[in-house]
Amino acid sequence: MSEKNLSDQSTRSNQASISIDWSYANAPESTSHVTFSKHYGLFIDGSFTEYNENQSFESINPTNGESLYRCTEANKSDVDAAVTAARKAFKGTWGTTSGTQRSHYLYRIARMLQERAREFAVLESMDGGKPIRESRDIDIPLAAAYFFYYAGWADKLAYAFPGKSPKPLGVCAQIIPWNFPLLMLAWKIAPALACGNTVVLKPAETTSLTALKFCELLQDIGLPDGVVNIITGAAKTGEYLVQHPDIDKIAFTGSTGVGKVIQQSIAERQLPATFELGGKGAFILFDDAALNEAVEGIVNAIFFNQGHVCCAGSRLLVQEGVAEKVIDLLKKRMQHLIVGDPLDKNTDIGAVNSKEQLETIQRYVNTGIQEGASCFECSGPLPTSGYYFPPTILTGVSQSSTVVQEEIFGPVLTIQTFRTTDEAIEKANNTPYGLANGIWTDKGSKIFYVGSKLKSGVVWSNTYNKFDPTSPFGGFKESGKGREGGISGLHAYVKLDHNGGMY
Amino acid sequence: MIDRIPIDAVGIQERVARICTRSIKKESKLQALDLALRMMDLTTLEGSDSEGKVRQLCNKALHPYTELPNIPSVAAVCVYPNRVALAKSILKNSSISIASVATAFPSGMSSLQIKLDDVKFAVSEGADEIDMVISRGAFLSGEYAKVYDEIALIKEVCGTAHLKVILETGELGSLENVRMASDLAMKAGADFIKTSTGKISPAATMPVVLVMLQAIRDFHETTGRKIGMKPAGGIRSSKQAIQYLVMVKETLGNDWLDPSLFRFGASSLANDVLMQWVKEKTGRYQSLNYFSND
Amino acid sequence: MAKKQTNDDTSQINTMNSIPKTYKNYINGEFPRTESGRYYSVEALDGKHIANVGLSTRKDVRNAVQAARKAQASWANKTAYNRGQIIYRIAEILSGRREQFTNEMVLLGYSKEAAELEINACIELIVYFAGWTDKIGQVFGSVNPVASDHFNFSRQEPVGVVGIISPETPSLLGMLGLLLPNMVAGNSQVIIASKQFPLPSCTFAEVLATSDVPAGTVNIITGLKSELIPPISKHMDVDVLVGDCSLDSELRVMCELESASNMKKVYFWESFNSLEELNSSPNETISTCLHSLKDPYHILHVQEVKTTWHPISE
Repeated sequence: MSEKNLSDQSTRSNQASISIDWSYANAPESTSHVTFSKHYGLFIDGSFTEYNENQSFESINPTNGESLYRCTEANKSDVDAAVTAARKAFKGTWGTTSGTQRSHYLYRIARMLQERAREFAVLESMDGGKPIRESRDIDIPLAAAYFFYYAGWADKLAYAFPGKSPKPLGVCAQIIPWNFPLLMLAWKIAPALACGNTVVLKPAETTSLTALKFCELLQDIGLPDGVVNIITGAAKTGEYLVQHPDIDKIAFTGSTGVGKVIQQSIAERQLPATFELGGKGAFILFDDAALNEAVEGIVNAIFFNQGHVCCAGSRLLVQEGVAEKVIDLLKKRMQHLIVGDPLDKNTDIGAVNSKEQLETIQRYVNTGIQEGASCFECSGPLPTSGYYFPPTILTGVSQSSTVVQEEIFGPVLTIQTFRTTDEAIEKANNTPYGLANGIWTDKGSKIFYVGSKLKSGVVWSNTYNKFDPTSPFGGFKESGKGREGGISGLHAYVKLDHNGGMY
Repeated sequence: MIDRIPIDAVGIQERVARICTRSIKKESKLQALDLALRMMDLTTLEGSDSEGKVRQLCNKALHPYTELPNIPSVAAVCVYPNRVALAKSILKNSSISIASVATAFPSGMSSLQIKLDDVKFAVSEGADEIDMVISRGAFLSGEYAKVYDEIALIKEVCGTAHLKVILETGELGSLENVRMASDLAMKAGADFIKTSTGKISPAATMPVVLVMLQAIRDFHETTGRKIGMKPAGGIRSSKQAIQYLVMVKETLGNDWLDPSLFRFGASSLANDVLMQWVKEKTGRYQSLNYFSND
Repeated sequence: MAKKQTNDDTSQINTMNSIPKTYKNYINGEFPRTESGRYYSVEALDGKHIANVGLSTRKDVRNAVQAARKAQASWANKTAYNRGQIIYRIAEILSGRREQFTNEMVLLGYSKEAAELEINACIELIVYFAGWTDKIGQVFGSVNPVASDHFNFSRQEPVGVVGIISPETPSLLGMLGLLLPNMVAGNSQVIIASKQFPLPSCTFAEVLATSDVPAGTVNIITGLKSELIPPISKHMDVDVLVGDCSLDSELRVMCELESASNMKKVYFWESFNSLEELNSSPNETISTCLHSLKDPYHILHVQEVKTTWHPISE
């Protein structure tokens, strides 16, 4: 059989050709049902402290750069009050609450988060800039799922630690970042409470809103006073918390730089501490991969959540034979990404969290270009107000380029090629980080081989940026210590014998 | 002769899910409804299709909804070969094409000669478009050359009628097979690739359509030729139709948002599109009582 | 001779204001009567008639097993999280119907105190098992370090359709102790209710029907164990038989014997309370029973282990 010469199209079909330029109209999410306050105090010992203008700071809506609400900057005595309340609750009510009772409270938290899901999703997008579709479909449901999962462990801890009698550590100091505010809160509070601890948590200063709304939820459920305390504030508040002499544990998610500072500052106290820090994930794409799905995987790995993801696949390592095809497919796919108002349901890429972060991203891209990279960005229009950055790819970079070495934390992908499997593994591991990597190939045995050699706490195969409460997450090397999720997530919150905890 | 492209079904499902989160409202919804109507192949393919039944369908095609002016025409009506002449007589002065199924539709289980004669008959009766079925049994046993040759020969006897090749994706068993069959059909001369006969379940599904659109995109990339696509069967609501349009736009671009390159094989979809249209214009949810059911 | 009580007209009219319920089987999400039309009378402790309940036959067993088989695959294919949520919701619904259950249990001979304690225990047990769906695999599954270049892992999977033989007590807790591990495991169930005390199980069917449990996942039929155990133990499409240790020994032997027909797994464990113990020291009896039922190893009993190998190579 021969290839047909089919240059002549059929003529009898008489459809007039009217090509249209179909675009999507605005589809704004309704905000009329959502309520929040303009001023917030701190949540200590079961109630909000009185708001004091002199001790407050504002939180900006990154969509328009305007002030959204003001909250309190916790000072040293506020932090002390919070830790005291947590200690009291640990010794008193919570400390004598059975695992069954703790599980019932945690289940209620999960269910109420589901009941109030839409309101939380809208507030998360308004406060932090992520698209409503992401907060609605991923952040909030996953936060509820983490509470649901850990609720089920509260009365079953003996099975997670065979041969040991796990006990809570006591008062846990927790500091979370701005990229997944409510989700990070769930990752911290759920296991801590399940194990019988009490908590003092500091949200990131640019995203306090869902944490504060969460406190209202705790009041509605009737969680005993002092079990969860939320103190808003910036670096200074975090310092006071970490330095407080009466905490029993620290859990920190944030930049590697700050993580190191905290580690140094607790050196004399031998405090159990877990860290979830930065990353520079490699997205390893073999020539035998399902290429279309891999391209969609790249979009998930680096462009969604505006690239503000510690485990982002920010370095594409593509096998040379398919590099051109992949880059072509990727550019085509990027043209359909919509950068826009986070509250528009069609927005794919929302606002960058803050002016500072936007400047950081721009600086990195400029450095990349100076060092010889070629830059391609998606061509759709950017909103005229607020902080936005288009999805960008940088080619013509090498292992030593700044943009390949350092974490940008924005929707910027660097692209390098490789020839052999071992070369890909070497390049992927050649970084002080070790949080996550991705492997794309149709060959199962290769997945297990490469996976066993990659030095990262998470290995995604033919998928990326997938999270589940049952699945442990955390990094090797300078990406941190400890894991969150699964049974491993409990290790950080118990003491097993007189030697203390596992970290 | 055709490379097997690896496809990850979970990844496809995730892309589909994301496409379905697109919220199409206001003027973009009206545009989509207008397009959907213009892309429709109004279909009746029953053993019980009497002359009267076919006449009804053709009348519906000509006058979908008399209450509103400026309702666009559907693209085509689709009938069995022995009803082509009747349909042609009713629709000859309109812009609506006559599509005919052929090649021992729906099973395709007959001799090559009979299948060719079936096509010739339909063409001689006046069909503008032929919807053929591939030999699935041959495909599934690896006889790709045979499947290819059949398509090529049928294309020849179509003459100037355009050829849609029905893959019957519900029988092919995997997305990778759907991709292979798509590539095969396009190489052999298809003007359109079509999902289903509508006689078995599952008919058109979003993952299958996505894979076929990707095949069309890659074929265009390599050869410069634009092949059309037609999902058929199981598309009953405007919401589904609009989701398909989003899929076409984000996979192939605006060029394919045109009846010359994309069709819906449907029957009850027409009324749902009209009802949505009237709801957009008036703000009221509609009742089927107000729309003729021919 | 006791003097006959006469009621005046008003009180006779009052008693017909209540609409006593017809208790039926629960099969495939619906409430059919037994196909035989036969019944037996359920009586309170004082002998007073409370309700008529169906004397089910092997045909009802057949229908129930069919429904369970049809529903099993989709129950098993739900994510563990989803199954956990559905089981948790059963507790939510039961919690709202506390009074309905305690009233029935009192009629059957519980003290009010025992009935309330028991319902609380039932709710607690349901919530306990809801939390196992997404953990059982983590605790009992494994990645096995085989001595070759292979990735080797073992997972727990459901067995399939389970026949549950309830203990002869008014206790809902006992029946739940047999049911819940199976639901967590991903199996579907046909429950033969207690013959003497069927009401809590029948009423529990209402809880299932109004929670999110898919039709056919759990089926409940009433009748004589001597008539129902033979067909279910011989049934070639039932994979597991689970029951309470107090079962009459002849019937128990029949279960073991007939299971050979298709190599059913047969498990009996202690799940019940006696009414006397319950009423005399309810707190202690119920908490001992609850404690012994909170056992994930019951889930393991009704699961299969599947071990898969895959090479590790470039």
